[in-house]
Formats: sequence, C-alpha cells, structure tokens
Amino acid sequence: MLKKILKNKYWQDGEPFVWATGAALTLILVLTFALLFVIVKNGIAVYWPADLVHFEMEDGSAYLGEVVQTTDDEQAGIRHQVKIGNRDLYPLDFKWLTEAHIQQKTAPREAVLLERSAYGNFYGYLAGLELPSLEVPATDNPWARFKSALAALGPGLEELQDIQAELSTLNAQVERLDGKIAKLVYHDKEADPQMAALQRRKESLSQEFQAHVSRYEVRERDLMANTALFEDAGGRQQTIALMSVIRAYRPNDMSPVAKTGIYLRKVWELFTAEPRESNTEGGLFPAIFGTIMLIFIMSILSFPLGVLAGIYLREYAREGLLVRLVRIAVNNLAGIPSIVYGIFGLAFFVYGIGSSIDQLFFPEQLPTPTFGTGGILWASLTLGLLTVPVVIVATEEALGAIPSGLRESSFALGSTKLQTLTRILLPMASPGILTGFILAMARAAGEVAPLMITGVVKLAPALPLDATFPFLHLDRKFMHLGFHIYDIGFQSPNVEAAKPMVFVTTLLLLAIVITMTSSAIVLRSRMKKKFAITND
Amino acid sequence: MKNTEQAIITIDDAIVQADNLSLFYGEAQALFDISFAIPRHQVTALIGPSGCGKSTFIRCINRMNDLIDGLRITGSIKLDDRNIFDRAVDVIDLRRRVGMVFQKSNPFTKSIYENVIFGMRIAGINEKPILDETVEKSLRRAALWNEVKDRLHESAMGLSGGQMQRLCIARAIAVSPEIILMDEPCSALDPRSTAHIEDLIRDLNGEYTIIIVTHNMQQASRISDYTAFLYEGELIEFGPTNRVFTVPVKKATEDYITGRFG
Repeated sequence: MLKKILKNKYWQDGEPFVWATGAALTLILVLTFALLFVIVKNGIAVYWPADLVHFEMEDGSAYLGEVVQTTDDEQAGIRHQVKIGNRDLYPLDFKWLTEAHIQQKTAPREAVLLERSAYGNFYGYLAGLELPSLEVPATDNPWARFKSALAALGPGLEELQDIQAELSTLNAQVERLDGKIAKLVYHDKEADPQMAALQRRKESLSQEFQAHVSRYEVRERDLMANTALFEDAGGRQQTIALMSVIRAYRPNDMSPVAKTGIYLRKVWELFTAEPRESNTEGGLFPAIFGTIMLIFIMSILSFPLGVLAGIYLREYAREGLLVRLVRIAVNNLAGIPSIVYGIFGLAFFVYGIGSSIDQLFFPEQLPTPTFGTGGILWASLTLGLLTVPVVIVATEEALGAIPSGLRESSFALGSTKLQTLTRILLPMASPGILTGFILAMARAAGEVAPLMITGVVKLAPALPLDATFPFLHLDRKFMHLGFHIYDIGFQSPNVEAAKPMVFVTTLLLLAIVITMTSSAIVLRSRMKKKFAITND
Repeated sequence: MKNTEQAIITIDDAIVQADNLSLFYGEAQALFDISFAIPRHQVTALIGPSGCGKSTFIRCINRMNDLIDGLRITGSIKLDDRNIFDRAVDVIDLRRRVGMVFQKSNPFTKSIYENVIFGMRIAGINEKPILDETVEKSLRRAALWNEVKDRLHESAMGLSGGQMQRLCIARAIAVSPEIILMDEPCSALDPRSTAHIEDLIRDLNGEYTIIIVTHNMQQASRISDYTAFLYEGELIEFGPTNRVFTVPVKKATEDYITGRFG
C-alpha cells in the first residue's frame, strides 16, 4: 500500500520535497520577523509620552499613572497594569487594577509627569511652589511659574557641574601624586627632597579640594531649598526639590508635535547621557561607547593577525599532515563556547600577563592591581581570540577560491610571491575576507559571557577614553550593551521598571549588528563587481 | 621510399638548448632524456598526444615547474649557453626573458591598461610616458589596440574570450621577452578568434622566439617553422615543419600526423 503511494507521480516528481523546503524557509522567516517585531514594537514606543489616567476606585482609593498593559482572563476579568511611580510614597511603582472595581476613569489635563534623578517618575498634581533663592515673577498660572522656575535653575546647575568638573580634575592630580609618592616609598627614597615637595603639593591640592567641596555643598543646599509641592491622586502631599527634576510635562495637555519633541529629546538623551536609577533610566552613552570601542580595539588586534595567519596557511605552509591538523584545530576553535574563551582570557591575560605587567611596571601600586584586573584591553583581546579563527578561515577560503591561472600568469611575468600576493591575490580575496571579518565582528558585538569575567561592569565611573593623561585608559573597566541587557533585565531590583530599557537596549544592539552586517553585504557586492572573474 | 635524414636535426643559431632533460613527479618520470635545440626568432611547435609531456617541457623553460612540490629535474636547459637550473640564475630575471601565454586566458581583475603594464609595475617602472608608450605598442603588436583604445581604463573583464587572450599576449610582450611560450593558446577559443591569434603569431615571428604547444595539427603546420613531436615523454622527431609533416622520419610521427592514433 505504502509502496503504491510512494510510486505515485506526485511523490515521484518531488513535489512534497519542494513544499518541505519552502515550509522550512517560511518557518525561519516567521520566527525572525516575530523576534524583530516584538523588539521593535516594544523598543520604539518606550519614549512616547503616554496619557496619564486618573482612576477612582470603588473603595475610595485613587491612582494616577500610565496604563502599561491590559489583560482579560476569565477569572479576574479585565485588568490594567498601571505604572503609578512615586516610589518615595508607595511600596511598588506598578499596580494591577481590576476593571470591575473602577468607578471612574479620567484623563485630567493638569496631571503632571515628573522625571526625577532619584525615586523614578512622579505622577501627581502641582499644589504649590517654594522658591527662596530664585527670582521668578508670580503669575496666575502656577504651571507656567513652575516651568520658568525650572528654567531659572539652569545657571545654578551649570555652576554645580563646573565645580564637579574641577573636583574630578583635582582628584586626578592627587591620584597622580599618590602614584609618584608610592613609587618613591617603594624605592626607599622617603628622605628624598622630592618627597617633601610632593607631600606639600598634595597638601595644597587637598586644601583646594576641600574648599571646592564646601563651596559645592553651600551652593547645593541653596538650590535644594527651591521646592515644589505635589499631590498624588489620593491627595497625599510630597515636597520635591526642583533640582531633582529632570523633565516635567503634562502629557494629557500636549499636542502630538509637543510629544514628538519630548520623544526626540529622550532619544537624544539615550545616545548622549549617562544612565540613572541603577541603569533603568537615562542614557546609554557609556555602554554604546564601550561596545564600539571594544569592537574597535578587537578589530585592530584580530584582523591583521587572522589575515596574516590565513595567508601563511594557504600560501606559504607546505600542504601536509601538520597543516591539515592546524586547519582542523582552527576550525574547531571557532566552535568553542565563548565562556571558555572568557575563562582563558581571565587566566592568561588578566592573571598571567596583567599581573606580570603590574609587577614589572607598577610594583608600587600593589596589592591594588592596575592591569592585573579585568579591563577593556583584556576583554578586547579575549574577543579577538574568539574572532580570529573566523578571520583565518575566511582568508584561507577567499585565497583558495582564486583560480590558479592568475597566480601562474603573475609568476610568469616575473613577479615574486609577495608581489603576487599584494597586487593580485589580496585585492581579489578582500571581499571574502571582509565579509568574514564583519560577520565575526557582529558576533563579537553580541557576545556577553566572556566579557563578564574580563572587565565589563554595570556602571563604569569613567570612560576608557577621556581628556585626562594618557587619554587612552586600556586598563579601565567599561560598560557594554549586551551586558546591560542582562544586568537591567535580570539583575535589577525593579525588573518591571527596567523592562522598557531592556527593549531599548536590545533594539540598539540589534541596530548596531544589522548595520554592520548590511554594510558587509554592500561592501561585498561592490568589491565583487570590481574583482569578479567572468568567463564566457 | 626510406627517409634517410636524421630524426632530430641540429640547429646552428639556437636560443634554447635542452640536454638530456629528464623530469620526475615524485617517482613517476614525465620526460625522458630530451635533447634538442630551439632556433632563435622562429616559431617552434610542440605536438603530440595528450599527456606526452609537451606542456611539462615548455614549463621547464621558464621554470614554472618550480611551484610544484616533489618535482625533480636532471639534465640541463641552456638559454644562451647558460644553464637555467643553475643556482645563480635569478628566476625572476629568467621569467622576464621568457614570457608565457596560457591555455585559459586569465587577465587580472584590473583595467586593460594595468593588465598590460603589470610586468613593468612589478619591475619598478612607474614613469607614465614609458608606460603609456608600452601600452600602445604592446596592444598594437597584439592587434588589440583599435578595439580597446577608447576603454583602456575599463576592467579587462569586459573583453571577449579572444580579446582576453590577445590581452594576455600583449601583457607578455610588454616586458620585451626574448622567448614567448604558448601553452595551447587557442584551445578555448572559437575559430574566428583562433584565426586572429594565428595571424598574430605569424606576425610576431622573426622578432621573438615562439614556442607553442598545440593539439591542432593544421595549426602547427600553418604557423610554425619547426615542429617537435613528443610521445610518452620522449622526443621522437624534430625538424622543419614542412619536412616533419610531409616526409616524417619515424613511423610514430607519421601515424600521429595521419591521425592513426592520438
């Protein structure tokens, strides 16, 4: 019976096979687009100012906030998850409200959303202003007065920032002096006249530092005194220092144009500002910077290394058992789990090379490690190790794909091996090499596991590249988008509040990877056009 | 009628002289004791069935075989009385004197212009007037100038098969070699392009020494002055083309030419 069915013309023609191949491709496409859709949908809407809804409940309580999601199940009926914020007043900043228990829903125009530097968002109504150190003309419109008070705060905040910048410069100078002093102590030159000079200098710097600190404190106290009184939905009052308000707006009273303005400003903040509120708010600049710099250093290290090794394997090494074994080893290296690379990086780079560097060049700093701890250099080297096999294989295959006739013609014209390589083979192999390399880069950009033990941190105090000497600080720890996703998504104390940021970070990382791969495709097609061999 | 002439004639004005040349790929011997002289400024055709060692032999003359692992050569080839297998011989220099055109046309993925002057560039010649002049001269010599003079800086990949092969000849002439080796240069071309290349070879005759490997008996008789017949790695007969094709000394040559085998 079965035999008869299989003998059927329909099976013989392979029609079912065509369907199976098509179905497999469709399944993959559906999964990919579903993933992209979820990330894009959730990521793009995060910064759009949602309307604030005022809920009056049957039991007399009232809530104000943004509806995050609405569910409908048979037991509980329709329920809304509302972000009510006000972490300084309530134990939880999210609340589930059952539709059946809601008496009234309104969208009051005067409902205010405050983005604050601490305690997250505040949702409430403006009740009063206390401005002892700001001169803001009184008007009938308290909201307008509040806004102009916020604007009037600007110069004071800038002054504080300036003092902070001076403080960090002083701090760096003191640290350098400490280093010099430690060096002298280490070499038993405490009696050196230089020592006394250094100590005096440090003393005067410390005094200057203290003076700045007290100036900062005075100014800060002064500004902190300017407060606004807010009422939450239930009428509880909360005094909020104007200084802690980053942005204040009334979403229910805004036109789409004004909302777009807020949206764009927040996107700009995402790219340029530092994170706040244990990374759940604010920008991602240090993480973007860290990710790009990591990939950059990794490329500088691994690209030449991989290409050179690939050239040797294909062009110079004599084909034999040893070369075959090396080739198998290289191919297998590409398949080793990345965490293993991380452990190797920790043992070899951090504890091995890093500790040796510390003992040789920074002995006075010990036991505080300089290079003997995770840092961007070691993380880049570890990722480089991870991508090198891919580059080697890509180089080898690209070189191997060039017809041998071209090599022979080049040699027959009297060129040396090196000339043949640089003038004929490498230009022709470059599309293949670059494609392989950029794909490896995309993989490295998304890699998290090996970074976690070689230098990534959830919050880095300083960028690995800045204005203080020697500008490039390869020993510094850094932030990374991939680790950021893991950290805020799974290690955050307030997972619900961090969720939007997880989507935004994922979207950003995805955008970086897609940009890199599509540039690889463009590059490849361009170079293929230039170096393609056509035969008729 | 019995032909009383020598099977392998001697040449007075020889440019290449092979003496007892044997060649081994590992254990397998490919050439057996080949000794003959190739006349200067003449076209010499190497004929014989597939696998007889024609290509292997001409690849010895510019030492292309150096690239093959496990290859061993005994005997000598003298180019102007100097053994090219001598340690002191610079293989780069040798290859500038002995150009080569391959069976499959293989222009580089560069412009027509850059293809022609590739040999000069790697020799370190970069003066534009000299390069321009060489390009025109070589392309004219290869009968390609009129077809490509307006698109010298376009990719050579846009040329037809026949044009590509003529470009390869121009590329070989550009470095002014004394000898041009041609390894079945027409076997991948259509009859029209083949005729074109054959005209070109006749035209180059007298100025260069050309050694051409061919499968095509008519072609050998049309274009060559001398013909060598190789069979199973041995040189069977060498003499003026007219004589080899009309009154061959050896039975094997006659059988091959008349199409009884091969």
